[in-house]
Amino acid sequence: MSEKRPRSFYVLAAVFALFVLFLYGPVITILILSFQGPQGGLTFPMNGFSVHWFEQLWQGAGLVDISIGLWNSLKLGLLVMVLTVVFSVMAGLAFRRRFRGSTLLFYTAIASLIMPSIIVSLGIALEFHIVDDTVMKIADAYDVEWLYDNYQTATGLFTSGLGAHLSWTLPFGLLIMFAVFNRFDKSYEEAARDLGATSWQTIRHVVLPMVAPSVVGVALFGFTLSWDELPRSSQAMGAANTLPIQLQALTTTVTTPMIYALGTVTTAISLLVIATALTTVFIVQKRRRRHGSDAGQGVV
Amino acid sequence: MPPRTTDAAAPAAAARPRRRGRTGGAAPYWQAAPMALVFFLFFVLPLVVVLVVSFWKYNSYSITPAFILDNYTGVFDGCLVSLPSLCTTFATYLSTIKFCLIVWAVTLVVGFTIAYFLAFHVRTTAMQIVLALICIIPFWTSNVIRMISWIPLLGRNGLINQMLVGSGLVSHPVEWLLYSDFAVALAFVHLLTAFMLVPILNSMMRIDRSLIEAARDAGASGAQVLWNVVIPLSKTGIAIGSIFVITLVMGDFITIGVMGGQQIASVGKVINVETGYLQFPLAAANAVVLLVAVLGIIFALTRFIDIRKEL
Repeated sequence: MSEKRPRSFYVLAAVFALFVLFLYGPVITILILSFQGPQGGLTFPMNGFSVHWFEQLWQGAGLVDISIGLWNSLKLGLLVMVLTVVFSVMAGLAFRRRFRGSTLLFYTAIASLIMPSIIVSLGIALEFHIVDDTVMKIADAYDVEWLYDNYQTATGLFTSGLGAHLSWTLPFGLLIMFAVFNRFDKSYEEAARDLGATSWQTIRHVVLPMVAPSVVGVALFGFTLSWDELPRSSQAMGAANTLPIQLQALTTTVTTPMIYALGTVTTAISLLVIATALTTVFIVQKRRRRHGSDAGQGVV
Repeated sequence: MPPRTTDAAAPAAAARPRRRGRTGGAAPYWQAAPMALVFFLFFVLPLVVVLVVSFWKYNSYSITPAFILDNYTGVFDGCLVSLPSLCTTFATYLSTIKFCLIVWAVTLVVGFTIAYFLAFHVRTTAMQIVLALICIIPFWTSNVIRMISWIPLLGRNGLINQMLVGSGLVSHPVEWLLYSDFAVALAFVHLLTAFMLVPILNSMMRIDRSLIEAARDAGASGAQVLWNVVIPLSKTGIAIGSIFVITLVMGDFITIGVMGGQQIASVGKVINVETGYLQFPLAAANAVVLLVAVLGIIFALTRFIDIRKEL
């Protein structure tokens, strides 16, 4: 295998390097520019070096309160992550056997993945709009006092917003679990069953530990996709704001490097999550190799 | 459940007839139920609602059930009469399709090249994983941030203009770099190449290496191997990647909005603006038309693939 590299290798390696530069270059420029001095502008040259714009961001600087969006996105992202993991693993287990409607469910997931988000978002908004109208009609018809007093709308971060995000993250989760279970050696389970394990014990002590690293991958997708989600949130959040929604609004109003500071912060949080997830997978794999456990071999 | 329940459960399990390979009893149904419910409530039902509401009536503060075609005639208002010149809707679709084709072609070439490099030129699996991750990590970060990160490069006083003016190539800063068709296409390529790269890489990793050796032994040149072996066997990945890229561009309103300086029309933007004015039935009719257009494209592309074989 140690034959000389063909010339095409070096050409393609150069193309790859350019591609990586293309991917990361712009983000690195805003990372640098977010440390502009207080007099600095949106472009180079750097006018001093400071954390001025991060301080501005922290204080809100008279603009919309970023912390609301930040909190909302964080809470929603964590919830979406947990639900994506649980629902995807469960569905992944289900898909190992044949069941009625499995093909329909699979293609629904694929359809949800490739459906233009604006259509899904509009649909969810309309759905909740109709729910609101219906509730008000019921309140009118039966003169329900407490509905008038308390009910405003069913639309919200943890109702329509949550659903919009799940319609986007679950297909990814399901596809990952599909890929995992297609490479899964069923003889481990059979061995467990032959040794007298119940089906729950087999899942709990054999299957889940083996697929654990992939579950981390599903969690990573669940959180990051929700954290950055914008098109499906656009119509479906109601009055609630998420960070990407606020960010998009800021692109038209903010003309200072503060927006870069915000970009640096969001990207840093994303990278932190990615690094945590990848490190976890790496450590789990390594520990398994060291302990000589056969669990997890052949699965990534 | 505590682990020590074997005594009671094992004989019961042993007594139960094994039904492997056939239906798996009730378990798959409750296991799949939560996901199915989410898709029903937040995907299938919304689509049905969009279809239904597209026939409804509306005024400035409410929508009412009806069965009228006014919203559709509204979408295609004057389209047939004014031919051969394009009505707003046709012009918008044409513009969106133009972006589709440009972005599809560029992401295909770039994605294929990068995937080919990773699959056939990088020798160790560890290095393949690391390099693939480098390509995928930006996908997990914010799209809006990745868009605005072009401002310091492409802007009127951006890095590229500074270099162009500084080197004397142009006397005035180039204006069309930012907030233009070019900026939109560039941002799309920046954001969407991962969607093309990953499926193609997935297909390529499944190609049996001995096929390529066989082709070489039979005297095929590098280009012949690429054209007659690698590309046909990557067809499914290419089709999946194409579906992703095309549907994402077709429905987009954010990238076109931010990178086009809110000056370029797109179908998604029309829908977004109409919902902003609470013209829900009109937006729904536009959404249905978009849906039909996208489904047509997907249908044409799925003739090449079986998604389940790829996982």
